[in-house]
Amino acid sequence: MSESSNLVALCDAADVEEDTPVQAMASGAVYAVFVKDGAYYVTQDLCTHGPGNLSEGFIEDNEVECPFHQGRFNFITGAPTAAPCTDALRIWTAHVVDGKVCIDPEESRT
Amino acid sequence: MIPDHVVVVGAGQAGGRAIEALRGQGFAGAITLVGAEKHLPYERPSLSKEMLLDLGQERIVWVRPAAWYDEHKVERRLGVAVTAIDRAARTVALADGSSLSYGALILATGTTPRQLPILHHSHPRVLTIRTIEDSQALRPCLVDGAHLVIIGAGFIGLEVAAAARAHGCAVTVLEAAPRAMARGVPERISELYAKLHRERGVDLRFHAGVIAIEGERPIVHLRSGERLQADAVVVGIGVIPNDELASAAGLAVDNGILVDAQGRSNDPAIYAAGDVAHHHNPLLGHSLRLESWQNAQNQAIAVAKTILGQDHVYAEVPWFWSDQYGINMQITGLTDPQATVVERGDLDGYAGVLFELVDGRVVCAVGLNAARDLRVAKQIIGTKLPVDSAALGNPAVKLTDIYKSLKSAS
Repeated sequence: MSESSNLVALCDAADVEEDTPVQAMASGAVYAVFVKDGAYYVTQDLCTHGPGNLSEGFIEDNEVECPFHQGRFNFITGAPTAAPCTDALRIWTAHVVDGKVCIDPEESRT
Repeated sequence: MIPDHVVVVGAGQAGGRAIEALRGQGFAGAITLVGAEKHLPYERPSLSKEMLLDLGQERIVWVRPAAWYDEHKVERRLGVAVTAIDRAARTVALADGSSLSYGALILATGTTPRQLPILHHSHPRVLTIRTIEDSQALRPCLVDGAHLVIIGAGFIGLEVAAAARAHGCAVTVLEAAPRAMARGVPERISELYAKLHRERGVDLRFHAGVIAIEGERPIVHLRSGERLQADAVVVGIGVIPNDELASAAGLAVDNGILVDAQGRSNDPAIYAAGDVAHHHNPLLGHSLRLESWQNAQNQAIAVAKTILGQDHVYAEVPWFWSDQYGINMQITGLTDPQATVVERGDLDGYAGVLFELVDGRVVCAVGLNAARDLRVAKQIIGTKLPVDSAALGNPAVKLTDIYKSLKSAS
């Protein structure tokens, strides 16, 4: 993988379960790692509405519900799907390398 | 028929969320927001929490920034109360003498803190917590060594007590009932929180009666004869729904404005949302009035959708939270004194879930620092199916698995 030099490991892929996302820290930033039908997804961990950690959230289909105010996001696209959330999550492409979920923190996606 | 003009009375969270949902669903007609408070809609939970803990900054949680209302063409009439509704003419009269016509009217007038019956006029150092100004008035009182007397050991009183202790105040909490937060939580949780507050230095007293408050620097007179010198008194003894406007207009009112599961009153052009709405909840099978953040948001959204012809039924399991001393308590469902109790995790260590079961079904769950489990508990309550109580109490069995097995059985 040509861009692999920019990748940082977040967690063991095996630790992530469909109903139990994982919180991961890398270079001072905090991420939430999700898995759905065998594919991994990474978003910012902090809700865009308030101080809730999405890695502690409730999962239903492709959505994570924030444990703080029960607003929702699509964790694949980052889009808000239920009030009070209105601003999208930042998301990163998840790469699985040697059993680890990795991202390029500098990757620019909406 | 979709109205051309929606008037929202009450610029609290319910009013703000109703407007957000109207525009979010594509409503292009006129919207006017009328609020007795001078502020745009804001969320109230932080007024008794972050606003009192972090005195270095004042962070108001606005439902939407001011620019949003301009962008979405929402007319604002703030700082002016509605004085009457003329249902025949479909107009509301405002305190400044003007009037507004409506096609649909949403009453989101909220509640007013209950005052102490023994206090016959307002006192600058006897405070309640409902508005930004209330919270601002209390902040300067939270200084090291000040004595705060709090009347009422409900959520507001105990959150204020926790904040005051963080600033080094001496705190006395006087509660008339035999336990804390009696209306909202099971006895076991009341006991844990009484212990918590006492360990943190609060003088927490039950069966306490206040017979008078007098003096510029208030002296609280107790029925026992004792007198407490306070620097400030906070009264947190519940709220009263602001339903007088509806009542005067002949709408059906009983501890709030009576509405159906879609938020409709007995006048087809008038709806109620939020704390003031005594609404029917088909999931619970009865009517109730809820003073909660969740209800203010989601019941208001249901009203907006109903006005737009979507006939949206609001039927959620109630959900509340309280933050005290860094411990997040969440409650879902409604506590029932007849229930059987099952505990999961370490409640004594303030990390676990208490379930209440009636006829084998979970009716209420309280989580201490257990947000994810509580959220699953809310789903379990929503199924209304009997649950294996041994599994509920066994932390080795994942709650999500219990929920999944219920879901597949239904």
